[in-house]
Amino acid sequence: MTSRDYSLLGEDGRRAVETGLAAAEWYHTDVPRKTMKELMQRSDAPAIRDTLIYYGAMIALAGIGIWLWPSWWSAPFWLAYGVLYGSASDSRWHECGHGTAFRTPWMNNVVYEIASFMIMRNSATWRWSHARHHTDTYIVGRDPEIAVMRPPVLMKLIGNFFGIFDAWAFFNRLFYNAFIGVHPEEKTFVPQSEWPKVVRVARIYLAIYAATVGLAVWMGSILPLMVIGLPRLYGAWHHVMTGLLQHGALADNVIDHRLNSRTVYMNPISRFIYWNMNYHVEHHMFPMVPYHRLPELHAAIRHDLPAPTPSIWAGYREMWPIWLRQLRGEDVFLKRELPPTARPYREDFHAEALGRPQAAAQ
Amino acid sequence: MSQWIDACAADEIDREDVMRWDHAGRTFALYHSPDGEFFCTDGLCTHENVHLAGGLVMDYVIECPKHNGQFDYRTGEAMRAPVCVNLRTYPVKVEGGRVLVQVG
Repeated sequence: MTSRDYSLLGEDGRRAVETGLAAAEWYHTDVPRKTMKELMQRSDAPAIRDTLIYYGAMIALAGIGIWLWPSWWSAPFWLAYGVLYGSASDSRWHECGHGTAFRTPWMNNVVYEIASFMIMRNSATWRWSHARHHTDTYIVGRDPEIAVMRPPVLMKLIGNFFGIFDAWAFFNRLFYNAFIGVHPEEKTFVPQSEWPKVVRVARIYLAIYAATVGLAVWMGSILPLMVIGLPRLYGAWHHVMTGLLQHGALADNVIDHRLNSRTVYMNPISRFIYWNMNYHVEHHMFPMVPYHRLPELHAAIRHDLPAPTPSIWAGYREMWPIWLRQLRGEDVFLKRELPPTARPYREDFHAEALGRPQAAAQ
Repeated sequence: MSQWIDACAADEIDREDVMRWDHAGRTFALYHSPDGEFFCTDGLCTHENVHLAGGLVMDYVIECPKHNGQFDYRTGEAMRAPVCVNLRTYPVKVEGGRVLVQVG
């Protein structure tokens, strides 16, 4: 098995820069300018509607949870609140970070800051981390947001359905940022002008968590932590479930999003929580299209994409065997067939850029 | 003093839109603002060499198609992360239905 160095300061990252695999020009499906311009148009209305529903539901669910506390009758309300806090915040963080959810910039920024706190991501750092993820999607040593590295650590995958490893990593980095400064890896993608902001945000987050813990101690109850903090653990499962589908078991070190990203059809509730990021090939190819126009973009370019995975369940059925084989040391990934109407995958460039033959595809 | 270069016909660019224009080995972005004025900037985003002509014009803002960084195309000012460095702008005039750019 090819050993991969996922460190942003390591050998694979250096080689990606040297060979031109980093910051490369990626494949795009041809879309007429008029169509794309129409699809990119921004509007406040859909995101205001969804945000009112979202925060309204959170307030109602937490209110009922507090009202019924400490009875077990409160449990279903906390579980629902947790998914909105610990999972839907991921997609709000994502879309507002792109600046595409709302047309009005301050609305994107307000929701982005709240969502960043809830999903336990430093809002200053992760804006840049995600820009790198889009520049170098699943380029080893360059992309700081690779969810499943090879070989996969299954314990980590499963643990993160309850936010365990993510929260541990977050608090480690939070203390580092608050008391020491910007981490050397972060310095590879966060511009120096933003470093003070990284530290400031970390200290604000830390102060909020300290106040919440202090309140819990004073009350002699974990109730405040049920509202702030813990839902990132007990409600994380949905964003991990959908997030792993984005790139799971697909190719790395390629420059064609059709090879490393996945579009999955899913139910309307999951799509509300996920803000349509199930159209993930489409999102990566054209990140300027707002979440509420992605179904239309999908219809416009699906002739050039692999067939969408028909369900979340089907996604896991195709990913799981590949992860198990990667665990055994095999350098495999899933390569989906393109329809006859599609242009071929851009594989020649990857092999050349890597200076080695393509790894085995399933 | 640099010469005025004939870039395109004014009606080639829709209002509130952008077009790529290559000249003498360089690439530029030409803008037609909502109120009918024309502007010109460097064609590549200052963040990572992406053609701005694939982006979205909203009022007087051009948004990069790759990372959603924004510039005021009238002044070149970087307005939204991840762009930090301003764009270079160039004088533009319209004569006889043609857009002329001074690319100095």
